[in-house]
Amino acid sequence: MTQLSHSANASPHQSELAARPGKYLTITLGRESYGIPVLKVREIIRICPITRVANMPPQVRGVINLRGKVIPVVDLRTRFGLPAGADHDRTCIVVTQVAATVGNGTRLYGVIVDGVEEVAHFTADDLQPTPDFGGAIDTRFITGMAKAGDSVKSLIDLDAIAAAEGAALDTPTPLPPAAAP
Amino acid sequence: MTTDRSATAEQSLKLLRLISLELAFVDPHAQKPAEELRRLIAELEEAVAVHAPQAICDLAAAARSRVEVGPGVAATLDSNAIDRLHDWQPRMEEAVLAWSREPEARGQLGQASPTVQPVSSQPVSRQSEVTAVRPASPALKTHAAAATELFSVLPDDADGELMRLFCSESQDLLQDIEQGVLVLEERPEDKDTLATVFRAFHTFKGNASVMKLAVIQRLAHELESLLDAARRGAYRLDRRAIDAILAGADTFKRFIDEMAVQIEGTRVGQQISLPVAAVIEDVRGMLSAPQQPAAAPPVPPAAPAAAPAIAVPSAPQVAAEPAAITPRPTPAVVAEPAPLPLPAAASAGAGSAGLIRVDTAKLDGLIDLVGELVIAQSMVTQNSDLQAVASEQLARSLGQLRGISTELQRTALSLRMVPVRGTFQKMARLVRDLSGQVGKEIRLVLEGEEAEVDRTLVEELGDPLVHMIRNAADHGIESPTDRVAAGKDPSGTITLRAFHKGGMVFLQIQDDGRGLSVSRIRGKAIERGLISAQESLTDREVLDLIFAPGFSLASTVTDLSGRGVGMDVVRRNIERLRGTIEIDSVEGRGTTFTIGLPLTLAIIEGLLVQVGDQRFVVPTLSVRESFRPLPSMLSVVQGRGEMVSVRGTLVPLLRLANHLHIPNAVTDPTQGIVMVLEAGQDCRCVLVDALVGKQEVVIKSLGETFQDQQEFAGAAILGDGRVGLILDTTSLVRLKLKQAEAA
Repeated sequence: MTQLSHSANASPHQSELAARPGKYLTITLGRESYGIPVLKVREIIRICPITRVANMPPQVRGVINLRGKVIPVVDLRTRFGLPAGADHDRTCIVVTQVAATVGNGTRLYGVIVDGVEEVAHFTADDLQPTPDFGGAIDTRFITGMAKAGDSVKSLIDLDAIAAAEGAALDTPTPLPPAAAP
Repeated sequence: MTTDRSATAEQSLKLLRLISLELAFVDPHAQKPAEELRRLIAELEEAVAVHAPQAICDLAAAARSRVEVGPGVAATLDSNAIDRLHDWQPRMEEAVLAWSREPEARGQLGQASPTVQPVSSQPVSRQSEVTAVRPASPALKTHAAAATELFSVLPDDADGELMRLFCSESQDLLQDIEQGVLVLEERPEDKDTLATVFRAFHTFKGNASVMKLAVIQRLAHELESLLDAARRGAYRLDRRAIDAILAGADTFKRFIDEMAVQIEGTRVGQQISLPVAAVIEDVRGMLSAPQQPAAAPPVPPAAPAAAPAIAVPSAPQVAAEPAAITPRPTPAVVAEPAPLPLPAAASAGAGSAGLIRVDTAKLDGLIDLVGELVIAQSMVTQNSDLQAVASEQLARSLGQLRGISTELQRTALSLRMVPVRGTFQKMARLVRDLSGQVGKEIRLVLEGEEAEVDRTLVEELGDPLVHMIRNAADHGIESPTDRVAAGKDPSGTITLRAFHKGGMVFLQIQDDGRGLSVSRIRGKAIERGLISAQESLTDREVLDLIFAPGFSLASTVTDLSGRGVGMDVVRRNIERLRGTIEIDSVEGRGTTFTIGLPLTLAIIEGLLVQVGDQRFVVPTLSVRESFRPLPSMLSVVQGRGEMVSVRGTLVPLLRLANHLHIPNAVTDPTQGIVMVLEAGQDCRCVLVDALVGKQEVVIKSLGETFQDQQEFAGAAILGDGRVGLILDTTSLVRLKLKQAEAA
């Protein structure tokens, strides 16, 4: 039942390709590889002390001090329902600029990733629409897939992730780990 | 019918936009036929020919005759013709818009449409030769029928950045205008102020025309003409003129405010209804009524008979005020100090010389960075390796670094401070309006307007001040006859005063009216069941009752006040700003309200507390006391509800560690610290592990991600550079006990 409703949510994204060709910062989460539009990335910092904020959904790790600014940090692994892992020396925070849900400004939003790979250029030929996983996984936050050599990167819609947090404080949908490649 | 109309209107508007674009590129010196323009206008004429009313067709035809020398042959336009077309374009656009919005019932085909009917029948007909068609100003024809019209706020091709600039500049101009006009009311001949206000309108008109806001431009033009007449001594600004100018300024203000909202992306496309035509009518009437009919408009109707519609309906520029006009009654309100230091002129001068406009986001960024600098500085100074170095020079340099950082932080924070002058002067306007409404003579005396407070505070203060001044004007000040009977000056005085004392800023609202009657308040309070008849209260305690919700002394509800939704809201607002409000009153002599506020909302003094491995900031002001409880002070109700006996009163206990799910915290209250937090009348004990210290912190917002949580009021950067969360003590105190225990 739950799976059915997932596929209903995801279907509008599958018909058209939302991802645009261009430069992407590729990152790793566990053994998977993802891409973030490089224009959204403000800076990459090493993992630093995070102040936990109580009673928030599990993917929200807390807030950090970025040169005097207080910005939220979110664990992308938890957000995507991947098995949790401890922070290690390659773990870092990608500080991104996402659309504010009120007004038309932007705000800073930190995401914790397991590692940063490179900045890759994806042409229109590299991009493919998000396939229909038959409702097995939640594709709300994926704008498309990109082929890079032998591997495939899922392209992330950070605005949607950040907006989902701010608006409803929904808990991430637990996804079956089997869906990982 | 409707579809025909909307399709026609839509196409016409599209063409009109193209025309306006094309117009911008026509070079009057090119000596080339304006072929493209002719084509567009011809197309427009065709577009409206079938469905639009005759007046619109005439307008289009008139424009066409201007750009054509023969059928299909474009004319070469000189600058005069281009100006006429520039004038024609917005009129045409408005006419089409007005027609497309007309209610269906009136939207019959043909000439009958009242909105765009030629207005030669207009009462003030001295311009009839040049105003054969003046569309889109329905209210011009009938004074009473349509008081307001609907306008779109944003042009379709609105450039956000430009619009924002326009808004902020307009707000300044409007403030200049309002202040200047209040000066003029007292001294209508003041040349400098007249010039300043005139200039402000002129600039405003210019800006509006750049933004293609035709409506605003037209109204500004009329008001400018009025001031121009006054400036040249042709018209003496009387009460009615001042009212009209203020009404015009208000109209602008509403427009600009709505615009500011829409730029931010809310309510986009919504229209606003404004009495533009009514104001214009008023001003025109004023300029034309007392004048000799001979006064011809200085701009002669240059348009040939073939193109009457394009002729600019120029506003009368000359208007002679006959000397026979009786002097208007002296205005009841004067703002003091009597010779106002011409704020408008002063600020206009200062605006160009000593002030710059800075985005508040940049300012906040600077303050953030300076805060970081101070932290980094203290980390360097306290570095153990450096402290081991026995160098006098190093110690001196570090001392210098510390001094500079502290000074820098102080300066950065002072950038957020603005004088209360602006807010105070708005009150001058309010008192002027109020004195008219309540029929009393009221003077407003302003003192200490240069006192500075935090920008955000200034914004929040407006409403409470307005409310209290209304109260003072409505209930405080007596009617002139009563005042004379009581042996007082017939005109009442309200004093608005600001001053600094002990790290706080104080605002006082003082009136010399009838004062509050302790016995009457007592009677009302008993009547409403707020206190019992036997209760003995000091006079001050009785006076404090007026802050109780729903309390009202007024025997009748007036437009202004008396609904009992007053002082409790004022007090709540002030308390929200971490301020206090006190009342002092002597019956028969007047009432004084004193508001005490922190200098800034950006910094609070906080207690740093430890819970488990986390540290939180608790605003010191909401902590009544803190202590380590003795076992005898603790009691449990029904095995769960814990209470602490604080000097004989039982106060419920909240374990912060449970509430915030923090592991490894102190569980035995006698090993921790109990803080008594208060919010208004309520209080609650909160258990923490230990008090770590006291620190002044700069409050930062937690942002959108955390907007739905209730526990924290914000965040602050602590001395070690980490983020500390500031507990929202109000929500902790008001938290339902059941919920707290379930957590």
